Amino acid sequence: MTPGNTKRVVVDPITRIEGHLRIEATVGDDGVIRDAISSGTMWRGIEVILKGRDPRDAWAFCQRICGVCTTVHALASVRAVEDALGIKVPKNANIIRNIMFLTQLVQDHVIHFYHLHALDWVDVVSALSADPKATAELNRKVSPKWPLAGTGYYSDTKAVLKKFVDSGQLGIFANAYWGHPAYKLPPEANLMAVAHYLEALKWQKELAKVHTVFGGKNPHPNYLVGGVPCAIDLDDDNSVNIERLNLVKAQIERAQQIVEQLYLPDLLAVASFYPEWAAIGGGLGNYMTYGDLPQAGIGDTNAFRFPRGAILGKNLGEVLPVDPKNPDEIREEVGHSWYTYPEGKTALHPFDGVTDPHYTGPKPPYEHLDENGAYSWLKTPRWKGNAMEVGPLARMLVGYASGRDDFKEVVNAALSKLGVPATALFSTLGRTAARGLESQLCAGWLREEYDRLIANLEAGQAATATTELWEPSTWPSSVKGFGFTEAPRGSLGHWVHIADGKIANYQAVVPTTWNASPRDAQGTRGAYEAALLGTPMADPEKPVEILRTVHSFDPCLACASHVFDPDGRQLAEVVVR
Amino acid sequence: MSRRDPALRTTYDVLAQHGVSRREFLRFCAVTSAALGLPVSAAAEIANALQTKPRLPVLWLHGLECTCCSESFIRSSHPIVQDVILNMISLDYDETLQAAAGHQAEECRKQVMHDSPGGYVLAVEGNAPLNDGGVYCTIAGQTFESVLRETAKHAKFVISWGSCAVNGCVQAADPNPTGAVPVSEIIHDKPIVNVPGCPPIAEVMTGVLTYVLTFNRLPELDRYGRPLVFYKKRIHDKCQRRAFFNAGQFVEEWDDEGARKGWCLYKMGCRGPTTYNSCSNVKWNDGVSFPIASGHGCIGCSETGFWDNGPFYNRLSAVPLPGVEATPDTIGKIAVTAAGIGVGAHIAAALVKKARDRKGKHTEPHDMATEDQS
Repeated sequence: MTPGNTKRVVVDPITRIEGHLRIEATVGDDGVIRDAISSGTMWRGIEVILKGRDPRDAWAFCQRICGVCTTVHALASVRAVEDALGIKVPKNANIIRNIMFLTQLVQDHVIHFYHLHALDWVDVVSALSADPKATAELNRKVSPKWPLAGTGYYSDTKAVLKKFVDSGQLGIFANAYWGHPAYKLPPEANLMAVAHYLEALKWQKELAKVHTVFGGKNPHPNYLVGGVPCAIDLDDDNSVNIERLNLVKAQIERAQQIVEQLYLPDLLAVASFYPEWAAIGGGLGNYMTYGDLPQAGIGDTNAFRFPRGAILGKNLGEVLPVDPKNPDEIREEVGHSWYTYPEGKTALHPFDGVTDPHYTGPKPPYEHLDENGAYSWLKTPRWKGNAMEVGPLARMLVGYASGRDDFKEVVNAALSKLGVPATALFSTLGRTAARGLESQLCAGWLREEYDRLIANLEAGQAATATTELWEPSTWPSSVKGFGFTEAPRGSLGHWVHIADGKIANYQAVVPTTWNASPRDAQGTRGAYEAALLGTPMADPEKPVEILRTVHSFDPCLACASHVFDPDGRQLAEVVVR
Repeated sequence: MSRRDPALRTTYDVLAQHGVSRREFLRFCAVTSAALGLPVSAAAEIANALQTKPRLPVLWLHGLECTCCSESFIRSSHPIVQDVILNMISLDYDETLQAAAGHQAEECRKQVMHDSPGGYVLAVEGNAPLNDGGVYCTIAGQTFESVLRETAKHAKFVISWGSCAVNGCVQAADPNPTGAVPVSEIIHDKPIVNVPGCPPIAEVMTGVLTYVLTFNRLPELDRYGRPLVFYKKRIHDKCQRRAFFNAGQFVEEWDDEGARKGWCLYKMGCRGPTTYNSCSNVKWNDGVSFPIASGHGCIGCSETGFWDNGPFYNRLSAVPLPGVEATPDTIGKIAVTAAGIGVGAHIAAALVKKARDRKGKHTEPHDMATEDQS
């Protein structure tokens, strides 16, 4: 198949994401994507701002890198500072952090599926021709236990939708791709999904209350170096007590119901109508995780619920070890980013990072970017020279390939339900499915972590913070630390250098930097770019196929594009260990 | 798709169309009234207003930000966000939620600007970087600054959501590498309602919108453009730990006995005494808690320049306070007789009382809590 003429399709803004992302795709006249570039078009410079500040404050600054995955940067930050200073947090603090991690992940994944991703698969207007009775039957078939599945419920939902569409004021649903030939769901499945879009919207605010109990608010709950700020006193009305714990427990139980009776059934139902997407959008085939959910302290990576490791070339037979502190493993390039490196440097480990911004893109307003030069505010991170995908699919694959029974169970159950082989995971659909399967695991783990907390309290352990190394006067004059987490969107790492009680250098390499990175010196594309290759488009003017694959990664650009020093200053003398 | 004149339809029309019963509607009005701190009689006024006022198109822009404001907005409990976006406003452009992307999304924005000049609200989340020609934030190849100017031109008024839009927030903290500036430094010819916070409380955000829809006017603003209904009082004024402050009972270190008993966090750096917001009043996430109640001091996230007013765990002793001339560190050593407003004065008052109670026994702020534990 020889492409004749190609045309450049620009999608900017990519909506239903966090931040500002631009995709330019080169599409053949057969409608197939021949090439694609991914460009982060915003930059904020938080690390520069962190320089010289109190490391105990860093979590709050870092947290504002992203308000969608609103806990992850705070968690990575307190862990980085604790790693540098050798602080070991009490068991309760670890468990409470795990509970906050899990509630964040589950809530974020549900929002992503219904409010950011579903409209790529669900035709809102088509739902108007659904038969409410048949929709109720469909719902009962895919999720027998879900209580809101009556004909009346769907008649009401359809009536609401009809009046809304008839009004001509479509608001957030305006000017989209309704009626596009790529939409394959029958009207009843569309109506069910629209109803559940609204149910999930009502529910998401509830699970956030777990953060409010422990962190005082959501978005942006409070964290603390050395533990968690919420004290526990089972016999006091001003602390975490039985009433607060019951609130948490109730939300955990509700989350399990939402994941098992709403999210997963909908996900599998929608997926069953798009089998072709199990062969589209696979991309790199390289996956990496740092791991998370410590069960025996942050130092024991073997006791994480999410294991650490890397998979290359879709080889599920081998999980390679990953050491984020090793200067030879994770390195960032800037050859296609709006930065330059000092003479002779092409790739640097985050502990050794130097950044010199140099915008060489077109003067705004512009029409196109040029992939032969620099074209993004994102750097190009590589692991041992390999472009890597991070995120739910990477986590599920590393867990699966590590031989973990809990991972295998949920993955195999979904594969058999959809009647597809394991290779189907290497795809847009696999990525979207992995997010749901991970939510299933996490909802179960939430309950287990809650039970661990209760057991600890029953045993009389109430400590939530250690203050032994709180005062900067107790700190060594120069220390470095690495903090990490598995954010909803993938592996997140913070590297901090503390000197004389202040932040000397702070670097973050975030999930979307891995996934949305521009190409490297060898011309190897980043994960988004690689995943878009070969994608057939029904109508390049209406880029719903591009949205499907890009959204399957759950982009977060505020995270991805914050990391650079705009003045190219050497932030500190850094000695690579 | 054709667009019906929004002026022809009222919020109540739409609510009724969407299957909301009259009874539910009136209950919503009562809850809204209560949320706004209005008298019971105002519920009828709200009900009347929503039945006679047209729906308002809203264009919601995102500049340099972290999207925490949008996330907060969708956490609103009264009204729930489904009601807001389906029934109360017409959210015609919002990159976070809208289905259309690319040029189809931009068409949505331009169509409203064209069809309803002077009739739409511009809501801004985030801010514009001005350094280096604005290249640090572009949308559809256009600088955010130019998008902001263009969209503001025919707006009825502007809402600045969150501290980014109001005061610059984190990316404007020293040394503000991108030259990020608040909306008010770019838009000078429109009324701007400033709703600061990182993020603002969900019900404050929906409360501001509902106020406008209900009373057909902007809420009364203070000299910083903040709605008085939500930013008139300091967090300290209604803090549930205030009694411990007055009594001189303070958390001295994390997870100590005072922390477990919920004592005052002033000595742990709490910014409640200098922060104007509704956290201790409306509270967060449907009233579940707020930062101080959950054991961490307020970091002052709705105040201008709060990021540079750190470290967060250093107490406010260096901050000048109205009506007193001494800081809490020195206050025990000087005579303060008038109980004025401010932290120093309160500590002084507590001290004086304590000193009297103990018949002249010398007391320093540092050992007050320890003594009270005994």
